Amino acid sequence: MNSLQLEIVTPEARVFNGSALMVVAPGSEGGLGILPDHMPLMTEIHPGEVLVTTAEGDLSFAVGGGFLEILPDRVSILTDMAVVEGEIDEKAAEEAVARAEKELRETALSGEEHATVQASLLRSLAKLHVKRRIHR
Amino acid sequence: MANTRDIRRRIKSVKNTAQITKAMQMVAASKMRKAQQAALAGHPYSQILNRVLVSLRDMVSADSHPLLEVRPVKKTLVLLVTSDKGLCGALNTNVLREAAQLDQGNTLFVASGKKGASFLARTGRKMIADFALPDNPTFLQTKAISRFCLEKFLSGEVDRVNVLYPKFVNTLVQKPQLVTLLPITDEKAEGVSPTGAEIAGSEATGAQFLFEPDADEVLNSVLPYYFHFEVFQMILDARASEQSARMVAMKSATDNAKGLVKDLTLEYNKARQASITTELLEITTAQMALA
Repeated sequence: MNSLQLEIVTPEARVFNGSALMVVAPGSEGGLGILPDHMPLMTEIHPGEVLVTTAEGDLSFAVGGGFLEILPDRVSILTDMAVVEGEIDEKAAEEAVARAEKELRETALSGEEHATVQASLLRSLAKLHVKRRIHR
Repeated sequence: MANTRDIRRRIKSVKNTAQITKAMQMVAASKMRKAQQAALAGHPYSQILNRVLVSLRDMVSADSHPLLEVRPVKKTLVLLVTSDKGLCGALNTNVLREAAQLDQGNTLFVASGKKGASFLARTGRKMIADFALPDNPTFLQTKAISRFCLEKFLSGEVDRVNVLYPKFVNTLVQKPQLVTLLPITDEKAEGVSPTGAEIAGSEATGAQFLFEPDADEVLNSVLPYYFHFEVFQMILDARASEQSARMVAMKSATDNAKGLVKDLTLEYNKARQASITTELLEITTAQMALA
């Protein structure tokens, strides 16, 4: 079976670099499943979950917003956050969600601050989503 | 000649200072390694981001996005990146000397780093914002700064955004550099990223990409990203510069202190010997007088 080379990079580190059989990513136009020999495609991704099927098993990443570049044999994900499922601190993520929600509700934020808090909320929710789905 | 006790006291105090500078040198050395690694960690990201930009460039016309638009420059915004703390040699001085040469009338400053902020305040420049960053800033933290600059550019308040920062050349050399980040120009997109990762056009795969939803939309979100990332890289670069400059400065301070201790010890021994000789002389004279 064909495989593709997947790279998940953030400005701070290369989070994943290896071969994968299938990648599912949260594209801007909805979920996106990528198999080897996909057409070259470039799109935005939203905060959410990236599922990677490798020969050794499945991996799940919580990612922030960013970009996805697909080539027939290679997929690159650029994002401002990427955490593998095992490293997500559920409690911290929960607290972050609660904090962000409270801030959105109670404080009068300017448009810019609102967007920042909203983005961090989405990132934390993505983390939680990935963590909980695995447990169930 | 100073008496022996004074010299001894001085030797002790110089030795203490040497210990402190030595410790600072060690700390700076380890921080420098970390800062350099952080700066290098962005390479894969910048490579892919540049690849994306290069393949996008052919798809869209040059003025299809406000960030690409070259306007006549009436006001310039300069992001001045310096360190928070001193004791790092001539690093900040060099950067600030460059800053002092910029046209005061139509330059607005945004400072990151206390040294730069206090310089701007002291010399009465137009400082519109001052951002504090920790030692190892994350992308999200620097994004606050870059977003601020981006808004100023988009609102038309400024027509160009420059960054002035100490570029890391190597451990011994850091050069103040003034780089134009906005508007994003063609040569910048395919040129050299601040960390020196070459991204030639040949890196582009030549494949015809599909864009989802379309090229303009993707461009819309890639360009701000690109800007945020460049600023992040430059700030990391400045951090690496700061730590290596500090390490070198502290090393020469330690060396100087050691030299000073050596000279003082020599002087101390001479003074001690002189006093012994005098004492001996006195004893012999006394004996001769008794005999």
